[in-house]
Amino acid sequence: MTTATSQRFKENARAALADAQLQRAIGDAGGGFVLRRQEAAGKLPEFDALRDSAQAIKEHTLRHLDLYLEAYEERVTAQGGHVHYAVNAEEARAIVLDLCRKAGARSVTKGKSMVSEEMELNAFLEQNGIAAVETDLGEYIIQIRHEAPSHIIAPAIHVTKEQVQADFRRVHTHLPADRNLDESTTMLTEARNILREKFLTADVGITGANFLVAETGSSIIVTNEGNGDLTQTLPKMHIVLATIEKLVPTLEDVSQLLRVLARSATGQEMSVYTTLSTGPRRPGDPDGPAEYHVVLLDNGRSAMLGSPFQDMLRCIRCGACMNHCPVYNAVGGHAYGFVYPGPMGSVLTPAIIGIENAKHLPNASTFCGRCEEVCPVRIPLPRMLRAWREREFERHLSPATVRSGLALWSFFAKRPKLYSFATNIAAQMLSALGKRGRFRRLPLASGWTRHRDLPAPQGATFQAQWKARSRP
Amino acid sequence: MAEPGKRVGLFVTCLVDLIRPSVGFAAVKLLQDAGCTVEVPLQSCCGQPAFNSGDRRTTRAIAEQVIAAFEPYDYVVAPSGSCAGMLKTHYPELFEGDAAWSERVDGFCGKTFELVSFLTDVLRVTRVGARFDGTVTYHDSCSGLRELGIRAQPRRLLAGVDGLELKEMTDADVCCGFGGTFCVKYPDISNAIVAKKTECIAASGADTLLAGDLGCLMNMAGKLQREGRSIKARHVAEVLAGMTDVPAIGEPQR
Amino acid sequence: MSSRDTVLASVRRGLGVTGNEAARRAAVQERLARHARGLIPARGQLPPEERIALFRNMVAAAAGTTTRVAIAADVPKEVAALLRTLNLPQAMRRGDDPRLAAMPWAEQKALTVSTGASDGSDLAGVSHAFGAIAESGTLMLLSGPDNPTTLNFLPDTHIVVISAEDIAGDYESLWTRLRERYGAGAMPRVVNLITGPSRSADIGQTLILGAHGPRRLHVIVVGSATGGNPPSFRRVNSRVIARNRS
Repeated sequence: MTTATSQRFKENARAALADAQLQRAIGDAGGGFVLRRQEAAGKLPEFDALRDSAQAIKEHTLRHLDLYLEAYEERVTAQGGHVHYAVNAEEARAIVLDLCRKAGARSVTKGKSMVSEEMELNAFLEQNGIAAVETDLGEYIIQIRHEAPSHIIAPAIHVTKEQVQADFRRVHTHLPADRNLDESTTMLTEARNILREKFLTADVGITGANFLVAETGSSIIVTNEGNGDLTQTLPKMHIVLATIEKLVPTLEDVSQLLRVLARSATGQEMSVYTTLSTGPRRPGDPDGPAEYHVVLLDNGRSAMLGSPFQDMLRCIRCGACMNHCPVYNAVGGHAYGFVYPGPMGSVLTPAIIGIENAKHLPNASTFCGRCEEVCPVRIPLPRMLRAWREREFERHLSPATVRSGLALWSFFAKRPKLYSFATNIAAQMLSALGKRGRFRRLPLASGWTRHRDLPAPQGATFQAQWKARSRP
Repeated sequence: MAEPGKRVGLFVTCLVDLIRPSVGFAAVKLLQDAGCTVEVPLQSCCGQPAFNSGDRRTTRAIAEQVIAAFEPYDYVVAPSGSCAGMLKTHYPELFEGDAAWSERVDGFCGKTFELVSFLTDVLRVTRVGARFDGTVTYHDSCSGLRELGIRAQPRRLLAGVDGLELKEMTDADVCCGFGGTFCVKYPDISNAIVAKKTECIAASGADTLLAGDLGCLMNMAGKLQREGRSIKARHVAEVLAGMTDVPAIGEPQR
Repeated sequence: MSSRDTVLASVRRGLGVTGNEAARRAAVQERLARHARGLIPARGQLPPEERIALFRNMVAAAAGTTTRVAIAADVPKEVAALLRTLNLPQAMRRGDDPRLAAMPWAEQKALTVSTGASDGSDLAGVSHAFGAIAESGTLMLLSGPDNPTTLNFLPDTHIVVISAEDIAGDYESLWTRLRERYGAGAMPRVVNLITGPSRSADIGQTLILGAHGPRRLHVIVVGSATGGNPPSFRRVNSRVIARNRS
């Protein structure tokens, strides 16, 4: 499902631009998150100061990550939970399968977890005879469509209401085929009833974690639907999937982060359900899982420490960057070919799957800087995108034409005298050719002129004219 | 605070140099009217194409030349938020940890400014004596806005231009899709972005588009023309300097 | 070498440390032990009565509803009235919370009260909150025999009782109370922070209430903000407010 197609970004993007239904879906969605974040930030005078606080907490934690991991594990174990480390996705999948088998699981319910998508868990469980049911409505919709998420907060943002109607008719065959699905509330109720049954019969519930609190050994999920809570409360085993950078030191520290998370993501003050889970049910608890397991996945995160990409580990997965990105808003999330799209995806994906498999991602940016402007933990995303471009340049991963074009340009740019001489000639030539003031077509500039006219130079260059005027 | 009579080294920018020198002459006029002497040392580029392509070595070599070439001047002024942003905020990254250059780089960056904000923030110009009959809308170029904080300054000066009416467009601060090499590397995506931008420009009801960056302007003007719209595009310096007898961007020379 | 060793070693390599550095260990121990408060918005530091008003406004902003009663004994009547207004059957389920148990439910003759965890068939559930946060209109509910977690999520309508004096301005005051009850570094199995009824916007980006959790959330605020002997948490709260202001 999420076997990366990042290397086909250009083709993916082209298909996305031509997909009218997709363009309608993301066009409708685009402005909403932006406006709501702005309103939420406007209502809280301390918002920017809280971003600074959140950044500082994450920076401190990353600098001491090994020690916080140890402290966290100690607290989880002391309260009856189990921590399992996994170096990579393959190990993590094996651990989850093993746990599910021990629990005798035939079916598993899942809260929305991008890490589980990164691990490609569902397909693996299915191959091993265990049905994995997504319970977040957006994840459920894409599961029945056999698609990957296109947004980390709103996984089905690329799907129109009409498409959901069609999918529900196709899949929910136990219901009358001619039933009225015009109202979204009807479809919600339909999904709610079907999934309620799954919640109650699942043997294992798997969730992600927005944060892991070292002080108390708690995992935190932040949701609006309540599916994550039903996933983790009803079955006899709760498995938490988290990557190692989700650590936060104390409850007070996590409160700072919670104050900027929902506001940045959806413009809510708080999500409806923010739940801290710590270990299995206690003696006397009337409900709750008998077993609680945390799978701590590395999958490339530790390699980012001490590198120019360390700051990316501050990410709290709010999605604000992609909501504000002109490129994401033009092509949607699937174009990026991996679980994490938009600006944060363009920095993180090469770190997970290798830059050679994601060459386009750091390049498909105008560096407009809006992502960094809205990031709640102030990650310098454009700088890190540029750092990936530097790595690509050093490793000769850019196409030969681009490299030689750049080399030619560099030759002249480093020699101002030659540069001004050559550009003056070129300018006058093009000016003479472009009598109508612009080019509708120009060889070597087809990328530009395919969609736009190209203004012609006015005549001699400024420097040439200035020199001429300055002559006594 | 600048005293009149200070020496300004004009950083022309390669697009102005090559495509539209009238912007450079407008910049010169604005600076001279505000009491500066303007000189134009031999120059090529700020190095941004190499920088954004990941070629740090070339960028550094160019930066050293630029810093040296502009050393004699009290100020370095560029009619572009993108180039000024490169010079002022990114040059230090190229010299990080290099003690031999740190003082020179700090000195250079400290005296480098984008044109319009230089007029308002450093020279304290409150009004230019210009006239422009028409309605304009203003696009906030990304680097100027987010790297240099330029938003209020051009609007302040435009407000004092006789006959000019400013009509804001929605999403004035959203990227136009130029992004330097981006628009030729990913032309279809760039086109989708600029198409949204031209919708906003047209919806504003203005007959002229202004901005402080020629790259953005060429991109938007080129799309407006391809769409057959009649909206003209100029650099804000040209309007502020009262030098609008020159054909607009992409229009034929008479 | 176990995966744990591999990952920790890789983390240490990236950070350029051995893990045995005394200064680092001390810094981490200290932060965990001190659990110092960060920046608390002014909105989260209002005096008691304003706090309650803010709490009720924030609950409403999150599409929940609130009513206020003078004494705990008024709660059963309030619940029965609410169920009538909502055209629901006179039936509810609650946990064994002693504060709820002490209320005169029997006086509501038509009301059927069940106790214990929910199996999904209840239309209305009643819980007693541990505390609430005025800053965002959030309720804090703890798992345990007193208040089954399933009651927070399975019934269609969730009614939560909160004592006015337990409504804190900010989250931080409640973490302090939590530590007082469970001890340092210890937690109940689950702490639910609930702000309004369940919702989703996943179908065509239209917001609808009642995704998987309750469609309706109603909060009954009992008593006055300064009722009775002030509980210990409020003394801590005002100390912190004073410290934050200085």
